[in-house]
Amino acid sequence: MARTRVATRTPERPHGQSGKPEIETSQATPAAHRKPGAARPNQPPMFGGLSGSRRNVLDLDDFSKEEIEHILQSADGMNEVLSRDVRKTPTLRGKTILTLFFENSTRTRVSFEQAGKVLGADVINVSASASSVSKGESLLNTVRTLEAMKIDVLVMRHPHSGAPYYVASKIDAAVVNAGDGTHAHPTQSLLDLYTMRRHLGDIAGKKVTIIGDLHFSRVARSDVWGLRKMGAEVTVCGPPTLLPYGLRPGTEQADSAAFTGINVVDRVEEALEGADVVMPLRIQRERQESGNLPDLREYSKLYGINADRLALANPGALLMHPGPMNEGIEISSEVAHGAQAVIEEQVSNGVAIRMAVLYMLCARSRGGE
Amino acid sequence: MVNKPIVITGGRVIDPAQGIDRLADVLLKDGVVETVTDAPGTAPDGYEVIDATGMVVAPGFIDIHTHLREPGLEHKETIATGTRAAAAGGFTTICAMPNTEPNQDNASTVEFVLRTGREQGVVRVMAIGAVTLERAGKRLVEMAELADAGVIGFSDDGNPVADPNIMRQALTYSQITGLPIINHCEEPSIAGAGQMQMGVIASHLGLTGVPSEAETVMVERDIALAELTGGRLHIAHLSTRRAVEAVRRAKERGLRVTAEATPHHVSITDAWVYGLGGAIPNDGSLSTAAYDTNTKVNPPLRTYDDVDAVVEGLADGTIDMIATDHAPHAATDKECTYQEAAHGISNIETAFGSCMVPVHAGALSLENLIERMTAAPARFLGTTAGGTGLGSLKSGLPADVVVLDPTSEWEVDPSAFFSKGKNTPLDGTTLKGRVVITLYAGEVVHEAGVTVE
Repeated sequence: MARTRVATRTPERPHGQSGKPEIETSQATPAAHRKPGAARPNQPPMFGGLSGSRRNVLDLDDFSKEEIEHILQSADGMNEVLSRDVRKTPTLRGKTILTLFFENSTRTRVSFEQAGKVLGADVINVSASASSVSKGESLLNTVRTLEAMKIDVLVMRHPHSGAPYYVASKIDAAVVNAGDGTHAHPTQSLLDLYTMRRHLGDIAGKKVTIIGDLHFSRVARSDVWGLRKMGAEVTVCGPPTLLPYGLRPGTEQADSAAFTGINVVDRVEEALEGADVVMPLRIQRERQESGNLPDLREYSKLYGINADRLALANPGALLMHPGPMNEGIEISSEVAHGAQAVIEEQVSNGVAIRMAVLYMLCARSRGGE
Repeated sequence: MVNKPIVITGGRVIDPAQGIDRLADVLLKDGVVETVTDAPGTAPDGYEVIDATGMVVAPGFIDIHTHLREPGLEHKETIATGTRAAAAGGFTTICAMPNTEPNQDNASTVEFVLRTGREQGVVRVMAIGAVTLERAGKRLVEMAELADAGVIGFSDDGNPVADPNIMRQALTYSQITGLPIINHCEEPSIAGAGQMQMGVIASHLGLTGVPSEAETVMVERDIALAELTGGRLHIAHLSTRRAVEAVRRAKERGLRVTAEATPHHVSITDAWVYGLGGAIPNDGSLSTAAYDTNTKVNPPLRTYDDVDAVVEGLADGTIDMIATDHAPHAATDKECTYQEAAHGISNIETAFGSCMVPVHAGALSLENLIERMTAAPARFLGTTAGGTGLGSLKSGLPADVVVLDPTSEWEVDPSAFFSKGKNTPLDGTTLKGRVVITLYAGEVVHEAGVTVE
């Protein structure tokens, strides 16, 4: 009955050895030891490790484990800044960050905006519906026009997979992918890793179970990259119509680095057994109309996470959700606001992670200062 | 003014229609083929000599599937630029697809295309009419009138004839013209908004996949309808293993079914969407070269297995001919996200080099390839619209000749294309096999490295 598939092939080439510059491991003196008014006042700690040469953050597929570790460490320092009474540093003073969102978003855009502002950067928010894009101007002209106004980092969300790759190939500013189509959402994945690490310590060997619509979920796709890089054991479970080709029954392909090393489990109960992290994904209502699902009722019955099901996971397992939640469908209200849920913490960690990412990219654009 | 007669000396002459494959001279006079000699000899007096030593000399290629974009979309291509590009690709006869603006669903537009071809074309232009008005799949065009105007077949290309009953009526009614119904077989309800071949690469990139079965089910449907009606069915750009098998079975049963394959579907795969010249990133990490919009084409680039099957189909005759589906686009049509990008590859100038990929790999013989670019499409054109007597070097036929260097390597540079469409995923790729000289009606219309106006 139960079908458990394990693709065992691992990528032949270790990450971080493909001609990418090594990440420096030196660490700056913690900010707590600095006196205000001294050189670089209020600089958050652990910045030194991030003066790499990464140009863009488009997905986690091209990150090394070490590079992810550095961002997570840096986020600790950022969280320290966020816990201060005066949440402001001049670190990125004079830098301009543009958020360009072609899809509605509140939490991600605000998270980036706050991250930039805490670090002292100027943040300009553009939503595509209010911009020239609706007048028929092409994406390329839009970003080139905006870049001509001198920006350092472009934070971009777009409904089409690959859009930030296209833009990154055309402009000089650093590009951060804040979600592209059904492809990737790397900063969400970084904040998920960060949240897990804060509670579980080393993520390596931990069992992370992701449940639901992996086909259309850019969050899950980036999470799968990040978790495997960090050595976690990834289990996925969802309706066959909502699993991506490569994980769906009969499509397992061991020759794709994108889908190796992922356990696919049919029954949610089996998937939850021994899990250290349980992550139900948002289910979109339109999946009913597109024929992927009969209805949300059956989905909830088969895959919804409630207290009984959560009890199958390890005691103290974390319950995470990328938001926004459909309470009562993929997650019951009881567990969504229960003791094991860290969903709000994910949101606050998002700011720290995005500060770390913006700092890293601006450090590069400062030319190795 | 009468052109000087020409003799092409010392080349290996391959003319499949006559079963010729030998070293010989080809003599051209007054715009027609004078003779193919038994062996290379001394050039006769008064003839201009083209030395083809070490080269292959063949009839000019025939393409039954070319998008010339004129009228209406002249920013993508014109009949003048498209025919010049065709000459550079070794083609001396091309057939204009009807998805122009206005469509070629009426005699006036067809006559415009044919007249402009005669007046401005560098090579011969034939026309294909639409199957239905505005290619909308609802009402049949006036097929007899279009046949009188000179079309060589009917196609709603780009738009599959989705309604099975309309396809059935088209295959039945078209028999009063003797012309084929050419269908772009892709079941829209399955293909949906797909952007590339369904599979692990589409999945990795987060792009919506088109399953091969979108082609298979419509090919099978059309074969059934061809059997029902006795109509003449031609399947455009066959691209999947299952569809090749379906056509093979249909031919074994003696049905009136023909098929074509494109240069890209015999040479490149869906891995090209990664933007790495067909390489798959070992560790799965994408570069900013990924999502190469120049790889977006309908039907999509398929898998290696499909490429093998299409080449096998050409080798055993299941697939009758190469047709380019040359689809030039303006830069802005491809300077966008993958989802927004227009479908199509500008490939008429790279067609021979691409088709040489399976030849150099040993999967297809050069003689077979030339048959599928000359004699086979000429048979398809038959006696319609002056199609008789093309695709061969028989004495008295139009002096349409191509001189090929099958082993010459060259790097594809779209900026040097004669076509307005620079949209090719082969930019910077080295192809082995080159068109050296193209003659149309006894005149040199293209010479590699030389601009002929």
